[in-house]
Amino acid sequence: MTDISQTLGSAPAAPSKHGSLFEKDARTKKRNAAESRFKMYGIAAIGIGLLMLIVLVTNIVTAGTGAFQQSFLELNVELKEDKLDKKGNRNIEDIKKVSTFGYAPLIAAAVEAEVQNLGIQTDLTPKEMGGILSKAAQAELRNYVIANPDEIGKTVSFRFLVNSRVDGYMKGRVTRGSIANDKSITVAQLDFVDQLRDAGVLYKAFNPDFIFGSDASDQRPEAAGIGVSMLGSLFMMFVVLALALPIGVAASIYLEEFAPQNRLTDIIEVNISNLAAVPSIVFGILGLAVFINYMHLPTSAPLVGGLVLTLMTLPTIIISTRASLKAVPPSIRDAALGVGASKMQAVFHHVLPLAAPGILTGTIIGLAQALGETAPLLLIGMVGFIASNPPDGLVAGFLSPNSAMPAQIYEWSKRADPAFYERAWGGIIILLIFLVTMNTIAVILRRRFERRW
Amino acid sequence: MALSWLLIILLALAVIGFFTGRSRALASAGGDARDLHSLPSYYGYNVALTALVPAIGVLIVWLLAQPVFVNSTVTGMIPDSAIPEGSDRGLIMSEVRRVADGLEGAVAAGALTQAQAQDANADIAQLTQTLKDAGQVLTQDITQPILVAAQTYRSMTGTGSVAMQVIVLAVALLGAAFAYIRTHKEFRARNVVEQGVLALLLLAASIAILTTVGIVLSMLFETMNFFQLHSWKDFFFGSTWAPNFRGGSELSILPLLWGTLYISLIALLVAVPIGLFAAIYLSEYASGATRSIAKPLLEILAGIPTIVYGLFALLTVGPALVSMFGEGGAFGVGWMASSNAVLTAGLVMGIMLIPFVSSLSDDIINAVPQSMRDGSLGLGATHSETVRQVVLPAALPGIVGAILLAASRAIGETMIVVMAAGAIAKFSGNPFEAMTTITTRIVSQLTGDTDFASPETLVAFALGLTLFIITLGLNIFALYIVRKYREQYE
Repeated sequence: MTDISQTLGSAPAAPSKHGSLFEKDARTKKRNAAESRFKMYGIAAIGIGLLMLIVLVTNIVTAGTGAFQQSFLELNVELKEDKLDKKGNRNIEDIKKVSTFGYAPLIAAAVEAEVQNLGIQTDLTPKEMGGILSKAAQAELRNYVIANPDEIGKTVSFRFLVNSRVDGYMKGRVTRGSIANDKSITVAQLDFVDQLRDAGVLYKAFNPDFIFGSDASDQRPEAAGIGVSMLGSLFMMFVVLALALPIGVAASIYLEEFAPQNRLTDIIEVNISNLAAVPSIVFGILGLAVFINYMHLPTSAPLVGGLVLTLMTLPTIIISTRASLKAVPPSIRDAALGVGASKMQAVFHHVLPLAAPGILTGTIIGLAQALGETAPLLLIGMVGFIASNPPDGLVAGFLSPNSAMPAQIYEWSKRADPAFYERAWGGIIILLIFLVTMNTIAVILRRRFERRW
Repeated sequence: MALSWLLIILLALAVIGFFTGRSRALASAGGDARDLHSLPSYYGYNVALTALVPAIGVLIVWLLAQPVFVNSTVTGMIPDSAIPEGSDRGLIMSEVRRVADGLEGAVAAGALTQAQAQDANADIAQLTQTLKDAGQVLTQDITQPILVAAQTYRSMTGTGSVAMQVIVLAVALLGAAFAYIRTHKEFRARNVVEQGVLALLLLAASIAILTTVGIVLSMLFETMNFFQLHSWKDFFFGSTWAPNFRGGSELSILPLLWGTLYISLIALLVAVPIGLFAAIYLSEYASGATRSIAKPLLEILAGIPTIVYGLFALLTVGPALVSMFGEGGAFGVGWMASSNAVLTAGLVMGIMLIPFVSSLSDDIINAVPQSMRDGSLGLGATHSETVRQVVLPAALPGIVGAILLAASRAIGETMIVVMAAGAIAKFSGNPFEAMTTITTRIVSQLTGDTDFASPETLVAFALGLTLFIITLGLNIFALYIVRKYREQYE
């Protein structure tokens, strides 16, 4: 403070010879330049921050939108009776005996027929032609036949996924140059793809299976979807909501309305503010040690994930609930006490309903935070396997192994095939849509219902 | 699901208790609610709570205690001779549990009868086959001691859960009966209920303490196990991180700590100048309109999940840096071999921390009293001179606190470093090299197949405990500084 006044004080003490208020001397110019420089730094800092946001969002959108589209090949497959149901009695058990592999010739034949039909000239063998399709196509055909055994013998029109290389070619990710060392596709096959595309049977279309479908193995990125892990996240959020909201509200009511000024209260308060800053991975270690290793709850289960995320979200909910309880003016409590209510009645009948919008807002924000959290889920085993089947039933939803959206995205980002990266970005778009929706609801709730006293 | 049925029965009991208690109270007052001490529903709540709360308490304690009791009993049954070379009691116990689960599953599936499953002299080869046929997973061959232990385990668990259900229901019924008998028009039901509710509220608030205790204890026990298997000197003072699952690992935290601190340093070098200048501009220069737009936009960066930043680092920033600093890159320097590098992780983490530094600093700068600015401006200082020489020195302790909080976030951050920092533990000052961090190693040592008996797995708990202590210390120190500073101007 003292040296500031000295330097400032000395400035007007040495006026320039031709001192004029309208003509700035060198020192004033320098100070003004420093002023505008300083201001520019600030603007630049905000600019960089916002630029990063824009880069991040553009990057997510450009890299991820591709995942919502997939290339399909339209084929008319003849479901030959002699291949699928040799006895001809439509016995479902006999039909199930034909393995996925047994459907390959049907598809190859269908591709060949289509080629002849369209008059495409190609040197490829039927096997190579069928090779542009996804490995999931046979399974899709088999499932269809098992579901509709009456269709055997007829010719049915199908829309099959093509494999990830062809899909990448259609989207511009794979080029003739980039497949030089790629064993799974040849330049001749890409030429064939061009012909099919020009004929209009191979095209890109919206792919709902990405949003609602299940994850697929390493070999079939084109068939992978985020739907099952979305269910996993949903079940975890149920657990978080069912535990964190009542416990958080009860804890806040105690601390805000009833807690005496004593050692125990201090310890609780310090604990809550510290828990809010503990790295999330530590909660993962806690979950692994206590819920899985000690209590032997099932690994990878949304129930365990939900419990861990509950402990992580509790401080957030407690802090926001306390703030909204504090915002209810004391006159409300006094009025209730004045007409003969007990303290408990005043809180539960009057303060709590008035604080409800704020509590709800804080809960939604806490849930959004929990939804995007990944690190603790890695430790309780929600990665490293393929979430291929949606859980059957409510109990299985909580207890059977599943993935969660962020864990699924992490899983895809680790896989070797670059086609999975597109899906990871696509998954992030879906995750962010959830988060933006939740936060928007929170903001609307706050604007609409929050009362200023 | 016996447990869910038990809970449903308890809830039903509570509901019945509510109505019977209420009507008994009314009956004792001759149907006139004005003669009661409390409102009629309080008598109902009293019965319901007395039935429910102790029963659920017993249930939780039982569920927590039973595994410990059964485990310790069964562990004692396994003779030392039954433990093969290179294995230990913990591994055998998990095998025992697996066999017990297998027997349970086989009985449930009808492949075994209850008597066959508990037959201690059963033909082991035949039993193994039956279990496998029933679709149960077995990793080792069953031996006689394991089978006996598994059967004991199974029968104890079975008896335990039956006993639990009986006792819990008895407690609930006794509670309901006790409260029902006490119900009378003179009985001060409201006071009793409110005391009970207050106790429940206190219990909910104590969960925060329980969580902390849980964190510390769970890591402390495993860390102590780790230090029995591995020398603590090597952990704290060694120089190499080289886990080897065949034994003879060198597990020192120092190279990991170095990687963690280096990445955090780069992150702070990005986040602190940008965040601080953004905060100064927003609080000192920006108009209300600019502030109301720029501040929430910047804070979006803080709401984005870390997995997104991880992917951004792995797939966008890393390759972009390689195309600049890599072999044949834009600068032609060839410093960077792979996109996994300290710089990649540090830069992206820095972006993540910008809003963290800026909003905390913003609050703190705003807390500097306006009179100090007015005084400085009145003496003829320019706006920037005021900020640099008056506002910032006054806000400095708070800003240091904010930076420490950001540092603690950076040290504990997991996803970005797991995806973008690499897996090589070394001391190096080169920001273009891959390095690894404490959090990355915790994830890699604890994912996949883990048995909790090898030092290579247990080291993760020691790392976690160290991480917890470091971040906790930073947080407490930072909060202390911030709080002290705030009080100064209030």
